[in-house]
Amino acid sequence: MVRFLIRTLLLFAFAAPLALAQEAPDVLVKRIAEETLAAIRADKDLQAGNPVKVKELIETKLVPHFDTMRMTALAMGRNWRAAGPEQQKELTEQFKTLLIRTYSNALTNYRDNKMSYQPLRANPGDTDVTVRTQVTRPGQAPVPIDYSMEKTPEGWKAYDVVVAGVSLVTNYRDEFNDIVRGSGVDGLIKALKAKNQSPAAK
Amino acid sequence: MTTLPMPCRRVGVALAGALLAACAAAPNKDDPFEPWNRAMYEVHTAVDDAVIKPVAQAYVAYVPELIRTGVSNFFGNIDDLFTGINNVLEGRGNQAGDDFGRVLLNTTMGMGGVFDLASMMGIPKDKKDFGITFGKWGIPQGPYLFVPLFGPTTVRDGTGTLVRYFIGPVGYIDNIPVRNTLYGIGYLDLRAQALSAESVLETAAIDRYRFLRNAYLQNRRFQVYEGKPPPEEDEDSGAPQTPPAQMQTPPAQPKTPSAQQPTPAPPAK
Repeated sequence: MVRFLIRTLLLFAFAAPLALAQEAPDVLVKRIAEETLAAIRADKDLQAGNPVKVKELIETKLVPHFDTMRMTALAMGRNWRAAGPEQQKELTEQFKTLLIRTYSNALTNYRDNKMSYQPLRANPGDTDVTVRTQVTRPGQAPVPIDYSMEKTPEGWKAYDVVVAGVSLVTNYRDEFNDIVRGSGVDGLIKALKAKNQSPAAK
Repeated sequence: MTTLPMPCRRVGVALAGALLAACAAAPNKDDPFEPWNRAMYEVHTAVDDAVIKPVAQAYVAYVPELIRTGVSNFFGNIDDLFTGINNVLEGRGNQAGDDFGRVLLNTTMGMGGVFDLASMMGIPKDKKDFGITFGKWGIPQGPYLFVPLFGPTTVRDGTGTLVRYFIGPVGYIDNIPVRNTLYGIGYLDLRAQALSAESVLETAAIDRYRFLRNAYLQNRRFQVYEGKPPPEEDEDSGAPQTPPAQMQTPPAQPKTPSAQQPTPAPPAK
């Protein structure tokens, strides 16, 4: 995550859009992660987990590299089509906020971990790849973190993050399904809003 | 909270009896005892919030990191022993060699496991348990269980945990106060390690019980298949609603041909 953050920032500050689009997905993941970690190392407030700053870091560096609408659609499964365009927009906004909050928390809790990157196994023409990384914590077995990425006109974007086999996106599907079945798409929007307004966990 | 799971209650309020019956009969194929498990989850949360979590937080706040790391390493060394045993049972000799090498090195030079010299020397730590081995042998996971004070498990994984504690080295200590103290510290160590993950879970989940269950089951499946689980049939399909959207199960694997296809193991589900 951290890497994603950092990469994003630098990208927007320095890189031309063309260069962006050409960057290979694994290179992108590594750059963003390294940049984000560097940003945290350079800032005491970020190290202390200042929520405003962490959120800002994520929004500027990481979020542009995620296809939040596709993530929302995946989390919704078949209910995505039951939602109108306005509802889809609202759902994406709320789900994005939830993911940002979750990342902020994870970033704060795991900032001391080391990341390593595995070589990309894909064909040059692929438009959908999985970038594999590992997080190593002292005294623990490494945790694999995989990013499912797709090629878009604005460069590669992640549409799922799979931590130790747990898909961040599809883990929500069964929950979202139930809420939609019980109280409709609007009920889900309401539930997400309520969740996002609840105080953050420490 | 009543004992009926949320989906049943909602459907029950909104819809007809037929649906309610279907829902009560088969809420989730992996979690047939959901009402019971949810009740256990509530019990767990109450006890944990009142006693265990504050103790674990105090442990992290007041005990220096150096000591906590030593404690984690000590118990991690015992974990390595069982990881090695399970790698043998799964026929992964090379990996088991690493695991036993770690135990040997850390137990001797590492002062009984307090120092994880093996990791410093680049011998990677692995994590295996009897539940994973049973899964590789083709034993189904059985119903999901939430056990107060121990957390999420399944019949298969819980059996593995029991086996481990019956034959584990701490059990051979005859001095009961010493043995119980070790169990207590080991428990505290585990609980303290879970604090970060718990915090992320609380931020992420709308329904914590369900989020934890799904994450646990997905993670175990991933471990049984050594990181390459076959695609799961879509759980959505059971419900009587709109046709599936095209974006259902995302390919978790790159779309490169052959080589990527999972080799593994008999179906564990």
